[in-house]
Amino acid sequence: MNFDFSDEQKQMRDEARKYLAEQCPPKAVREVLDGKAPYDKALWKGLAEMGFLGVAIPEQFGGAGAGHLELCVIAEEMGRALAPVPFSSTVYLAAEAILIAGSDAQKQKWLPKIASGDAIGTLALFEGKGNPSPKAINVTASGGALNGVKKPVADGAIADFAVVAARTGSSGRESDISLFIVDLKAGGVEVKSLTNIDLTRGQAEITFKDAKAEPLGAAGEGWSVITQVLDRAAVLMAFEQVGGADRALEMGRDYALDRIAFGRPIGSFQAVKHMLADMYVSATLARSNCYYGAWALSTNAGELPEAAAAARISATQAFQHCAKNNIQVHGGMGFTWEFDCHMYYRRANAVALGLGSLSYWEDALIDRMRKKNAA
Amino acid sequence: MNFDDTPQEAAFRAEAKAWIAANAPKQYEEELRKASLGRVQLKGANILEVAKAWQKKKADAGWACLHWPKEYGGRGASPIERVIWQQEEGPFGRLSSMFIIGHGMCGPTMMAFAGEEQKRKYLPPLASGEKIWCQLFSEPAGGSDVAGLRTRAEKQGDEWVINGQKIWTSGAHYSDYGILLTRSDPNVAKHKGLTMFFLDMKSPGVEVRPIKQASGASDFNEVYFTDVRIPDSQRLGNVNDGWNVSLTTLMNERMSIGAGVSTGFPELFDFCNSLMLEDGPAIENRAVRSKLANWAVKASGLKYTSMRAISALSRGERPGPENSIGKLVAGSMIQDVASYALDLQGAAGALNGPEDAEVAGKFQAMLLRAPGTRVEGGTDEIMRNIIAERVLGLPGDIRVDKDVPFNKIPTKGRA
Repeated sequence: MNFDFSDEQKQMRDEARKYLAEQCPPKAVREVLDGKAPYDKALWKGLAEMGFLGVAIPEQFGGAGAGHLELCVIAEEMGRALAPVPFSSTVYLAAEAILIAGSDAQKQKWLPKIASGDAIGTLALFEGKGNPSPKAINVTASGGALNGVKKPVADGAIADFAVVAARTGSSGRESDISLFIVDLKAGGVEVKSLTNIDLTRGQAEITFKDAKAEPLGAAGEGWSVITQVLDRAAVLMAFEQVGGADRALEMGRDYALDRIAFGRPIGSFQAVKHMLADMYVSATLARSNCYYGAWALSTNAGELPEAAAAARISATQAFQHCAKNNIQVHGGMGFTWEFDCHMYYRRANAVALGLGSLSYWEDALIDRMRKKNAA
Repeated sequence: MNFDDTPQEAAFRAEAKAWIAANAPKQYEEELRKASLGRVQLKGANILEVAKAWQKKKADAGWACLHWPKEYGGRGASPIERVIWQQEEGPFGRLSSMFIIGHGMCGPTMMAFAGEEQKRKYLPPLASGEKIWCQLFSEPAGGSDVAGLRTRAEKQGDEWVINGQKIWTSGAHYSDYGILLTRSDPNVAKHKGLTMFFLDMKSPGVEVRPIKQASGASDFNEVYFTDVRIPDSQRLGNVNDGWNVSLTTLMNERMSIGAGVSTGFPELFDFCNSLMLEDGPAIENRAVRSKLANWAVKASGLKYTSMRAISALSRGERPGPENSIGKLVAGSMIQDVASYALDLQGAAGALNGPEDAEVAGKFQAMLLRAPGTRVEGGTDEIMRNIIAERVLGLPGDIRVDKDVPFNKIPTKGRA
């Protein structure tokens, strides 16, 4: 047994951290935050050149063919740096959907473009309020044409293509749902940007009016693919969340050491120390759940659904907990636009929702544990 | 990142499994499996005798104190082999509870500070369970502030004369030996005037009085010392260097307590799976599921945190202060879990006892024991201080008694 990343994987993490510290300092994140650019194009290109976009894409499809453990360590660093790029939409959602369900020709067409940074992809799943559910899907597909409205779609305004979940039957079962790839730059697609609590990541509303749609995977198997994609993305996103939680904890710790009040560093007051200790505890528990998720993801183990839900819940809680208490440690300064605390707070709360809410994953975890117990 | 046994680990597991299958006291397996935390009792059998017999059998076959060196009664096994053993021993591991303090804390302290001859004399019978040890640290005036203790040790010739009182001493009523932290010089700062010994608990002048705890049970004791004489040869470490000796014990304490603390989660999950509420099975209730999920990820987080620590140990890294997290999280969690299990039962949750309460009063027992779990081996507040100071590097608490001679430190809050 060895429950840790290998030395090579840790080296890759260090490399990613160093690269992002140079290429994605808070100043760069603020360019997007302040609305000067929809995402950091230079960083996106750089990430492609570093091989990070295609790290889990097989070599035959233009990737580095390293694997999902390697993608996990990079995800953590992307979260730590709050990288303002469509990494999660393109790599965790679109690429994984194509890897799971795509034909050889589709993989050959899309994956090299993703790895090289030439195509931004996303998953168009939600249609307004609520959590992932086949019942909530009203966008229809028939005769190769897609109709209906998806929102919110993460990075929808900058994406080149979307994997879209659409209704192809009316039996009232999961098998009514199928997946399609849609070129968002083609006709029949209207994209409108939406305002998001996380200003470093865009959200959009996408309207399809007889948009041309290419089937992804077998008809009627869309929901099964969606479930798999969400589980994989949950683990990868959890690493981003743990990276963010760790950074928020570090910021709080550093500030508590530097800031003097009542004649001593505020980090010497037990109330502040204990708040930071609790942040450490939540980040550590989340990290350990993530490691289990990483193992399950990389080995495609039967435990993946349960492990993914546990990682997702734990990491969501940890990032929210650390981000909000980081502001608290900073006091009034933490609530200013000038300090970076709010950027982590925004990200923590937005990223908590993008794959379904906390209660959705809580429900999923207990379902999956029950199934395992019954088995 | 993998969970597979290496060929050596697989061989060790197979050997352990086969030996346990052939030797464990199976007649008690079901009872041990069902026993609630801190309340292992066997019908029609003396638990102490059953536990000692199992420990002796293990020791004779080389399965006792796996991490100890062979010459002291152990096996010299790797950290991962210890985990494999625990997995295979399963419910029979619950029979080890009265040995935890001796094996986890006293033994390692003896190994670090006793003479070679003493180690060869005292450690093997400790490993085999023939002798039980306790740890005499806490006092009415020194719990979390261990160094505030008052039990006096005065040198007279080749002996030390001990007077004073200890408290919260687990298992003192059935222990044969103990390690004892005393004040040998009250004229210097509190950490600088302590000395550590080990002693025979049957020595004249040692009196053990059980304490009835809030839970109603009596696992702990007060221990009184009246002119107890300990030979200087039973001193551990240098005179007035007892604080450093005790740090070895306390570090091992956190490791062994932290690794073994139950969260109550598996019990709660099973309970909710079978419990019927007014509107259907508890497990199908949205609010119940949310609670369960939150505890599930804490329990799994703790489990995988300890697996990460074991991986680090097996690479040769030392156990660090981050191990404080186990007790901190599990301690308050088991309290909350127990409280919630009672809440789900409504008015009937207040009933206690194996006959009158649901699941034989398991959760009621857990609830009443839980406050002790949060306090023993350091309160939640002490654990948070350890994490804040030693993991995160924040400044230590301001100590107004620092560098003040012990006998000048105020002894009362409000005059």
